[in-house]
Amino acid sequence: MPKSWFLRFGLLIGLLFLYLPILLLIVLSFNDNRSISVWSEFSFRWYGELMQDDQLLSAAWLSVRVAFISASCAVVLGTLAGMMLARFGAFKGRALFSGMVSAPLVMPEVILGLALLLLFVSLEQLTGWPEGRGMLTIVLAHITFTMSFVTVVVQSRLVSMDASLEEAAMDLGARPAKVFFVITLPLIAPAIVSGWLLAFTLSLDDLVITSFVSGPGSTTLPQVVFSSVRLGLSPKINALATIVVAIVATGIIAAGFYNARQERLRKRDEQMAQQG
Amino acid sequence: MAELIQSEMRHTGFLGLLQRVGLSGRALVMAIPYGWLLLFFLIPFLIVLKIALAESQMAIPPFTPLLETVEELKYQITVTFYNFHYMVTDDLYIIAYLNSLKIAFVSTICCLVLGYPVAYAIAKADPKWRAPLLMLVILPFWTSFLIRVYAWIGILSNNGVLNNFLMWLGIIDQPLQILYTPMATYIGITYSYLPFMILPLYSTLERMDNTLLEAAADLGCPPWKAFLTITLPLSIPGMIAGSLLVFIPATGEFVIPELLGGPDTLMIGRTLWTEFFNNRDWPLASAVAVALLLFLVVPIMLFQNVQGKQGGHP
Repeated sequence: MPKSWFLRFGLLIGLLFLYLPILLLIVLSFNDNRSISVWSEFSFRWYGELMQDDQLLSAAWLSVRVAFISASCAVVLGTLAGMMLARFGAFKGRALFSGMVSAPLVMPEVILGLALLLLFVSLEQLTGWPEGRGMLTIVLAHITFTMSFVTVVVQSRLVSMDASLEEAAMDLGARPAKVFFVITLPLIAPAIVSGWLLAFTLSLDDLVITSFVSGPGSTTLPQVVFSSVRLGLSPKINALATIVVAIVATGIIAAGFYNARQERLRKRDEQMAQQG
Repeated sequence: MAELIQSEMRHTGFLGLLQRVGLSGRALVMAIPYGWLLLFFLIPFLIVLKIALAESQMAIPPFTPLLETVEELKYQITVTFYNFHYMVTDDLYIIAYLNSLKIAFVSTICCLVLGYPVAYAIAKADPKWRAPLLMLVILPFWTSFLIRVYAWIGILSNNGVLNNFLMWLGIIDQPLQILYTPMATYIGITYSYLPFMILPLYSTLERMDNTLLEAAADLGCPPWKAFLTITLPLSIPGMIAGSLLVFIPATGEFVIPELLGGPDTLMIGRTLWTEFFNNRDWPLASAVAVALLLFLVVPIMLFQNVQGKQGGHP
């Protein structure tokens, strides 16, 4: 903990600000009463209703499928793009490429959503593909905006990593593809995993871009949540929020422990090597 | 570094054939992400620009074609600046733009004021505390953005937690109307984007050379003065990166003003949404997008500059 009282106070305020709203949702999700100002009794009523909401469940299933496919494709594209930016040096059109990679990180979603929709409509007029809008167009749009995040994660890992192992393999005559799969890929695997998780979460959570590019038959979870909270509070959404927070917290804490363990093992190996 | 790899490749006995395979492999590796971004990122913007110059019409898709075949091999280009003209003459759009910039700016300042002590405290904390504290900052970012914004409805509404708490304390007797006012939008944006401010600030502060502060202390400089003359100026890169990460997306924000801001909070992202989904005026929505992009070109270029430095060229 920091020593100065002022800093402790600042940290506390910041963290309270971040967590109180989430804690409130969790508490309210167990309140039997519909109103937020009246606590009647502890119950799982809203969880039960959540599990019976077919529209919400099928939207959640669609969202998970979309997020899985988009994150997996985004990881491949993002890793290649990260390699290009970190290892390929100066190539023709590098400035344009790095611009196109970093712009989606901050681009307002309404612009990106509109632009992608207009692309899909124009493509359909010209070539007949993609036919209408639905899961395919949502996936294409999600790959496009999530791959930038994967690229940044992979690129920063590659930049901080020493290239001497790769160079040594090259000197010994390994082909670039072999160097990549045998040396580089295992070394950047943690970055790829966190890139995938980031892409998955962003895709699962996206409302604005999805609203532009989705069709009548394909409604994702954020779209259902949005249309129900637009009218005010909805206790079912509190229950959903609690489930999401529980999953995310478990995942992040598990990842934290895993990283700490890896770090300890690495340190032990280093010590043994030094004594060795 | 990469040049080195390349030159090594040429010298270490790659046969011509293998080298050509290696090189074409490299070209293939480059072609995939490059092609994807050209098709799904650059071309869409050109289409937006094109449609912003078209006229609205009752059809599917609802805009006039720019390029028409008049006769065989004879094309007619119809360009109209009607949409841009309309935007300049109707106050609604100008007010929405200015309002968006104001809301984004004020929220960025709020994030900075609230985020700086947090980032500083984490950077100064015992190393074994840093990772868990950072995890606490990042964790809300992984939970749904929409749900976190929604949580504020329950806090800020007239019979919400905040008003009940203040009335219980006896500070107010009547509930304050905060929800559905611009105030709620400021709170929502500050809340949602705070982690984006804290993380770059933390990474700048953590990398800072502590010997400078020690030297200042040795020379009799009081801590507050050392902070103002050393720490604060050195953390400017982090402040800029964090501010851009908050300001740019906040300018085009739609969800937060829509859920918390009420009908009076005009923001340009919301205007674009209404033109597109409610009025089905695609060309006007495109013109709004083009104008928003023009507003954001300078901050985005600045961001790319910062990002490029951070990413580090080989």
